Amino acid sequence: MKRPLRRIRLRTVVVHLIAWSVALAWIIPFLGVFNTAVRPVSETTFGWWRVDSFHPTLNNFVTAFTQPIYSLSSGYRNSLIVAIPATLAPLFVAALAGYGFSRFRFPMRDYLFLTIVLLMSVPAQMVAIPIFRIMDTLQLYDNLLSLILLHTAWGLPWIILFMRNFFQALPLEVEEAARVDGASDFRIFFRIVLPMAIPAFASAGILQFMWVWNDFFFALLLIFSPENMPATLLVPNLARGAQYTDWGLLSAGSILVMLVPLTLYVVLQKYYIRGMIGWTIKG
Amino acid sequence: MGETGAVTRRGLRSLALLWRRARGLRVVTPFGPRTRRAALRLVFFAPALLLLVFLVVYPIVQTVFLSFVGPGGQPTLGNYRTVLSDPDTLNPNWFSWPPPLGTLIHNGLWVAIHLPISVLFGLWLALILRDVKGASIVKSAIFLGMVTPMIVGGIILQFLYESGPGIVPAFFGAVGIKSLDISWLLYRQTSLLGLIFGSIWLWTGFSLIVYSAGLTTIPQDYFEAAKIDGTPPLRMFFRITLPLLRPMTLVIVTMTLLWELKIFDIVYAAEGKTGGTAGSANVLSLQMYLYFVTGKYGPAAVVATLLTVMTLFATAWLFRRMVRKT
Repeated sequence: MKRPLRRIRLRTVVVHLIAWSVALAWIIPFLGVFNTAVRPVSETTFGWWRVDSFHPTLNNFVTAFTQPIYSLSSGYRNSLIVAIPATLAPLFVAALAGYGFSRFRFPMRDYLFLTIVLLMSVPAQMVAIPIFRIMDTLQLYDNLLSLILLHTAWGLPWIILFMRNFFQALPLEVEEAARVDGASDFRIFFRIVLPMAIPAFASAGILQFMWVWNDFFFALLLIFSPENMPATLLVPNLARGAQYTDWGLLSAGSILVMLVPLTLYVVLQKYYIRGMIGWTIKG
Repeated sequence: MGETGAVTRRGLRSLALLWRRARGLRVVTPFGPRTRRAALRLVFFAPALLLLVFLVVYPIVQTVFLSFVGPGGQPTLGNYRTVLSDPDTLNPNWFSWPPPLGTLIHNGLWVAIHLPISVLFGLWLALILRDVKGASIVKSAIFLGMVTPMIVGGIILQFLYESGPGIVPAFFGAVGIKSLDISWLLYRQTSLLGLIFGSIWLWTGFSLIVYSAGLTTIPQDYFEAAKIDGTPPLRMFFRITLPLLRPMTLVIVTMTLLWELKIFDIVYAAEGKTGGTAGSANVLSLQMYLYFVTGKYGPAAVVATLLTVMTLFATAWLFRRMVRKT
């Protein structure tokens, strides 16, 4: 009896050791970035792991936020201006459509739905040229409104899928009872269905917000002036003009841009994972 | 987490059913007795359809159209010829190291290297983490890469690989491999592989999280029964665990594949607009952007179209597989 017990223990120790070293290895790059961000650049030029002189400072963060051009304060502002409406609008529009797809019957419904779902896999490059022209025609080039519109449309396919699956799983009894009482589709939707969908909105909303916040390609396509750039588009430009790459500044900027999705993830982890696993993962 | 697994399976099943129904072509009568109600129901779909048609479907069609239009506006296959004979797309010496081998090969290498490693590594971690104390902390650590904006991910990769501040060259220097004590992303030999391996760090969290959720949906009795029967662990894995994780595997593989085909931000951040020294880390989506910013709309549309065809095939494969299961 003793031997298997010992073997199990040894195995447990090894498994723990492996798992924890993997976690450590995975954290190291972030540690490095953080370490570089909070020290003057002269100390980290030859590796942040050298700590013979160590003078923590917030200068890099302050510079990233306040430098005259390519400043992250405007980046933050622009990212929020885009991400908040580009999260709320598609949630609402997709909830309407998702509800429709889950409750109403009409010819070609499933074809239509399948087509919309397939749009999820289309790469952003496939719409880039026409979108650029459309926004130019509408005089929305270099205007944040173009990004809001585009992200609203672009987020729809997967949120529609997500909402439809959610509504599909809801019990029908309450809605049917209301229908018998003569309530219209809209009344049922707004009074009964929407309140029940709040957890689904949380899951889809957090993923959509992160997608919009993290987006780089659409911003690159449509935004030109530094003062209109969202945070992701600013970061690669942060250290522009320096003879060498200013890793202190760049690290601080990277952390600042990461901070928003990271905080959301930590606070709303439950909803994030649920949205992620509910098939509706975005590519 | 058990609940999430159920939602996954439900979602998968309903999608599969849908696919099957769509292929069966079932006709529903357009209007019931209450036509007015039916008309009002259109309002549920109108905003979504308007947005999708103008900002997604029309641009897609327009891009396909553009790919067949020459610089003078005449219909042509020339753009396809231009792109496919461009050494940026497929280097005539595509089988010889070092890169550039052409974006098609580069994306192929992304898939061939990044896909199996990140998926299997995530699965393996999910399996061993079942018996680990503090597994949720380990998972969160590995999942950090998924929460990171990809543009920041690319910057961090550059930071890791740069000689001086970077820990990767420093490591190889310390163990005495001088040939790798360089700024990886500046050299043709190392830039592409550096990004591919570095991205395993960013993406493994995805497969880990989905597999972990999947594992919690498998009733513990299965394993216990098998254990009582004396089933060896390896057999248990191939006969019980893996088949039951199949829906997760399908989703993970497809999403990973799509991610690799569409990879853009990381390469742009780490290697710049031109895809690294002599385009040695260039990929399809970046090539499209390069054509676009240099005013070559036709070839840009061709690359986008080819890329879309690939992603659609990957997605169709997923649907097919799911139908076979249910």
